[in-house]
Amino acid sequence: MPTLYNNPQLNKNGELQHLLTIEGLPKAIINHILDTASSFVSISDREVKKVPLMRGKSVFNLFFENSTRTRTTFEIASKRLSADVINLNIQASSTSKGESLLDTIDNLAAMHADMFVVRHAQSGAPYLIAKHLNDTKQNHVHVVNAGDGRHAHPTQGLLDMYTIRHYKKDFTNLRVAIVGDILHSRVARSDIHALTTLGVPEVRAIGPHTLLPGGLEQMGVRVFTDINEGLKDVDVIIMLRLQNERMSGALLPSAQEYFKSYGLTPERLALAKPDAIVMHPGPMNRGVEIDSQVADGSQAVILPQVTFGIATRMAVMSILAGGHA
Amino acid sequence: MSMNLHIKNGRVIDPANGIDAVQDLYIGDGKVVAVGSAPDGFTAARTIDAAGLVVAPGLVDLSVRLREPGYEYKATLESEMRAAMQGGVTTLVCPPDTDPVLDEPGLVEMLKHRARNLNQANVHPLGALTMGLKGKALTEMAELTEAGCIGFAQAEHPIEDTTVLLRAMQYAKTFGYTVWLRPQDPHIGFGGVAHSGPLASRLGLSGVPVMSETIALHTIFELMRASGARVHLCRISSAAALDLIRAAKKEGLAVSCDVGVHHLHMTDADIGFFDPNARLTPPLRSQRDREAIRAAVLDGTVDAVCSDHTPVDDDEKLLPFAEASPGATGLELLLALMLKWAHEQGGAADGVLSRAIARITADAARTAGLAAGTLSVGANADVVLFDPDARWTVAASSLASQGKHTPFLGYELAGQVRATIVAGQVAYER
Repeated sequence: MPTLYNNPQLNKNGELQHLLTIEGLPKAIINHILDTASSFVSISDREVKKVPLMRGKSVFNLFFENSTRTRTTFEIASKRLSADVINLNIQASSTSKGESLLDTIDNLAAMHADMFVVRHAQSGAPYLIAKHLNDTKQNHVHVVNAGDGRHAHPTQGLLDMYTIRHYKKDFTNLRVAIVGDILHSRVARSDIHALTTLGVPEVRAIGPHTLLPGGLEQMGVRVFTDINEGLKDVDVIIMLRLQNERMSGALLPSAQEYFKSYGLTPERLALAKPDAIVMHPGPMNRGVEIDSQVADGSQAVILPQVTFGIATRMAVMSILAGGHA
Repeated sequence: MSMNLHIKNGRVIDPANGIDAVQDLYIGDGKVVAVGSAPDGFTAARTIDAAGLVVAPGLVDLSVRLREPGYEYKATLESEMRAAMQGGVTTLVCPPDTDPVLDEPGLVEMLKHRARNLNQANVHPLGALTMGLKGKALTEMAELTEAGCIGFAQAEHPIEDTTVLLRAMQYAKTFGYTVWLRPQDPHIGFGGVAHSGPLASRLGLSGVPVMSETIALHTIFELMRASGARVHLCRISSAAALDLIRAAKKEGLAVSCDVGVHHLHMTDADIGFFDPNARLTPPLRSQRDREAIRAAVLDGTVDAVCSDHTPVDDDEKLLPFAEASPGATGLELLLALMLKWAHEQGGAADGVLSRAIARITADAARTAGLAAGTLSVGANADVVLFDPDARWTVAASSLASQGKHTPFLGYELAGQVRATIVAGQVAYER
């Protein structure tokens, strides 16, 4: 029989070898990551914000696509774990000289990398890297997907789950709405898989038809095009960033009309449960997807998300480096 | 002049003549001289005992990229001709998307000349329908036909301007040439890498919706009605398109079609976790589409099955899914994958095996207007001998093609070529 093109993120014993996607990740592993993250949250409040869990380990941030924010949070998380961090902006270096992606990986692995944090514009790129490392018996090198194309952003998904758990305690009685450009969003995909795995009974996607991919129902999602209907009685609202290049053209006529139809205003927020929380993966476009009054309001947990994001990334990296999940 | 050959005790399957029986085959002067008993005075210079083997016409493959000229790093005529022989393919049609594009008679003559010198498979190029496949200006179709083109195609470059497509079809009709088109809308789904559906949504891959194929088909059929041109539709991928083609045939339009052999077995689910070997053009579609393709091959809506042979080298395949070059090696898998289909359809019952052979021999040849794909007395002695039960595993090392990438890597398949005979000469045997 053919050698199956398996998900390379779990090893033969079902332990986390790489973190590539939340899809198919066992609930027990997600909970273990969230529990571990919770133990790291308090470290950030200490005077000495470091633990020696990854002392002597080298973490390579491989950013084939620009992202100051995500790269910075991974860098901070690595440093708090006492790892050595090397930042590589690959756009500007080897691949532009014609070196292939896998040649770059082999070279960096030869420099005794322990972990690659990979951001890439193409869906599936971290899989190619992880599979290559597995196939070439470089199993000691771990890959963390820091966002690949439209496919996945698993650490963002996990930090979102951490945030929801922090405020709502239990997943099994929640209604969660994800609003905006679902079509191009890796965050939405990772959130959907995480929420359904953790037992959220109702996940909603809200947006115009041009920004909704087909097949959402098969992922266990209820689709709404009317935001007023979609926000009714929800416990959690996850707003998505609308990229500049999508604000006018064949997908949407203008940012103004988008805000009018889908922007989160105080009036719309009032349709959700009174204790609903508002999340956003950042960076926000005030006045495009979210009103400033909401972004700065008491229900917004956007800044705590950032803080929890460091702890969650520390949890993922320390679990991978420790070789057990 | 080739020597007299006597192939005895084989199970001769010759769909064009309705033969499926253990019979002897006699070859002389490069032609089939008799099936059954020896003609008077026939003395064999060599006798091949084909007991346990099937003796069939050499396969006719309607889509084989030889990568010459221009892409010799991916494959050369030599390597791909060896693959053809190892796969039992004795006649092949190659699309014009080489570099330079096959839009000038000299290029076609050179390719034909190179192929003839190798003395293996018969190579029949398709000329470009428009200069440089750019969809602007017509090529010299009459000159290209004289140079050896058997039809005119746009390969993967749909014509944006419908007026140009109409003119091209009218011009082709004038001389009785066939236009080969893969129906794809020049805008919807163009640049997409996977079937629009739940899998593409989940993996975040840009989609090619089925309507990319059906919108183009509606346009092509209207232009056929207006121009009267004969069209062969290449590598149909969806159930909806097959329904349209079935209706068009019933209406009496001069249309035929083929499918790629991968689509007979695989679906988008075989992409799994971004396997670039399953990145094909057109993309693998849903299970419903696959079932419709399998049924249409059986009922004859699909006239021919091709390998859609596309050698791709490692550097262009070991990339993130959307950046990987589409295509898979196929010449050496075509026969075994057709046998797999026949077996899954119920095997020997109701002449399914004979029908499977027909779609890659006589029917394919008829569709392309080629005198090939039959063991009729007087026909060119292009013959394949294969063991339908011999099992082999698809691996890079088992393939003669320079292209080692196929989504069937690791599969165990039944059906292996034992000998390939071209114009009465044994060109390959194992």
